[in-house]
Amino acid sequence: MKKQFVGAATTIILVVLAGYAALFVAPTERTMGTIQRIFYLHVSSAWTGLTAFFICFVGNLLYVFRRQPRWDWLGVAAAEVGLAFTTVVLITGPIWAHPVWGIWWTWDARLTSTFVLWLLYASYLVLRTLVEEPERRGLLSALFGIFCFLDAPLVFGSIRWWRTQHPQPVFMGGAGSGLDPTMWKVTFFFWFSCLALMALLMSQRYQLEAMRGELETIRREAETQ
Amino acid sequence: MGLASNTAVLLGKELRTEFRSRELLVTTVVFILMIVVLFSFTFDPSYNESHRFGPGLLWMAFLFAASLMLQPCFLREQTNDTLSALRLTVDDPFAIFLAKLIANMIFLLLTELLMLPVFSILYNVAVLRQLHWLVLVFSLGSLGVSIAGTALAAVSAQARMRELLLPLLLLPLLTPVLVASTEVTVGLLESPATVQWKGIGFLIVFDVVFLTALWLFGEYLLEE
Amino acid sequence: MTLQTAGASGLRFDKIDKRYGGIYALRQVSLEIELGECVALAGRNGSGKTTLLRVAAKLVRPSAGAFHFTGVAKQRPSTGYVGHASMVYDELTAEENLILFARLQNVDKPESRVESLLNATGLLDRRDSLVRTFSRGMRQRMALSRALLAEPTVLFLDEPATGLDTVGVNWLANTLRSLRHAGCTILMSLHGESEISSLATRAIRLESGCVAADTRAGAPMNSIFALSNG
Repeated sequence: MKKQFVGAATTIILVVLAGYAALFVAPTERTMGTIQRIFYLHVSSAWTGLTAFFICFVGNLLYVFRRQPRWDWLGVAAAEVGLAFTTVVLITGPIWAHPVWGIWWTWDARLTSTFVLWLLYASYLVLRTLVEEPERRGLLSALFGIFCFLDAPLVFGSIRWWRTQHPQPVFMGGAGSGLDPTMWKVTFFFWFSCLALMALLMSQRYQLEAMRGELETIRREAETQ
Repeated sequence: MGLASNTAVLLGKELRTEFRSRELLVTTVVFILMIVVLFSFTFDPSYNESHRFGPGLLWMAFLFAASLMLQPCFLREQTNDTLSALRLTVDDPFAIFLAKLIANMIFLLLTELLMLPVFSILYNVAVLRQLHWLVLVFSLGSLGVSIAGTALAAVSAQARMRELLLPLLLLPLLTPVLVASTEVTVGLLESPATVQWKGIGFLIVFDVVFLTALWLFGEYLLEE
Repeated sequence: MTLQTAGASGLRFDKIDKRYGGIYALRQVSLEIELGECVALAGRNGSGKTTLLRVAAKLVRPSAGAFHFTGVAKQRPSTGYVGHASMVYDELTAEENLILFARLQNVDKPESRVESLLNATGLLDRRDSLVRTFSRGMRQRMALSRALLAEPTVLFLDEPATGLDTVGVNWLANTLRSLRHAGCTILMSLHGESEISSLATRAIRLESGCVAADTRAGAPMNSIFALSNG
């Protein structure tokens, strides 16, 4: 209990510090102004979401080969948290784009691919609601989760190659653009605090799923007696 | 003996069953036709518009049709529990998937090729000169659709709301196929026509990745 | 009917558990069945008979424990399984169905094997009819033919007499009798005492997924079947 409290408190402190850094420590961007600060949240959420989906993938593989319920719990916790961070990416994108370029959606390759990724993992969660028996649910969603993760690079690749022909706003200015060193430091710090938040949320969700699983087991046993 | 011969025997069964009733083929052809015609009402099919939007629409229609027609391939096996009979008699469960996905690819390809003249006429797009290339991209794209679709049909057959679930699972997964196939098709229908080798290579990669995944994990999809 | 007795074997269930959520279909089931035994499985509906047979047929993966074939032959013996469903295709003819499964199992001279089985089960005159047109009894005979195609040395039968008329039951009893004489190991679930149950050399009763009684352990045969209807 105490360990959890310490973990949660640390995470909150980190997040607050990161927010402060993004708003006050990082230098103001030359062309876009203050709104550019949302970039730290946008990029960190994207990287954290991908990290969560990777953890989901590992959980899925372990469930298929080991069949222990905890890997299923890890999978769903990681998928939900990943989806939450991905939602943040999809919301901060338009918020950034509108004041800068006057349009809400820019069909930027990364943003579009992120949208597809969002759809994939949303489907993963929908699938879970449609299978009642726990072992079957774990297996089927693990297998679909594996397919989703294998698909992700293909989605990003295809959209990057063929959906970025027309000139359009690019969020990070491409590979060659230099970010101020302070900006890089803030970016990584923000990402680190997002990872801490991700770990906190995932552990909470994992425990919730574990309790739910045990409750369901008890309920089913009681029903047959 | 083994995987190849079992697949051949099962493929024969799939084809014979479908060609005897033709219900799936006919329904799919009519469905795609309906989408293609209806969509033509939403814009003015001038030369530029047709060449720009036509291929994308065509592939969207194929994807929608596939997500509906792939549903029965495992549902049919549930009626008399024939899936258990197959699992008992076939050494490698991958043969079951291979046979179904090849059969599904053939059905999809057939409907696509039947649609091509209709599309060509309705949208004023010349297709004959590039027919062999079009057949290639249709084959590679349909193979990708079929591999992913057959695997997910096995998943949705075990869940509720399967008619809605299969499209929900399949369509986002097939985004790369949609993008790449459309690009290659657009290139082929331009004048002068261009062959987008990158796109064709990409489709091959997609097919290989998912076929391998199905080979590795297929037996778990059939488990009880 | 010839039998490849070199491939015959016994069965061993080692602490088999099968869980569906919190429900145990099978709970710590351990059984040893000798080569050539004909074992009848009795029990109420939901006692685990079907699940046990499906675990043995390798259709169901146990949550815990293992199932093995024991005996002389090192490789997997040829098995046959008859379940609740007919496990044949409605859209194919009787002959097409059996040829399909014969080919998948690499049966020698499939056409003549199928013909002799159709003849034995009295379905020869309906060989070119779609199975969709068959009655319940005919489908059961199809299911049995399918199970016997590869001349199995181990048979798993789930209520095999369901849907059969007197003639059918007689044929089944004779077939099982000759298979038993040839050394086939048979595990069959039955609903009650009948001509078929009298062929059994041993009977086991399952209750709520556990072995409740076994004639090998001294329980009388008629007690196994008592109260097994439900």
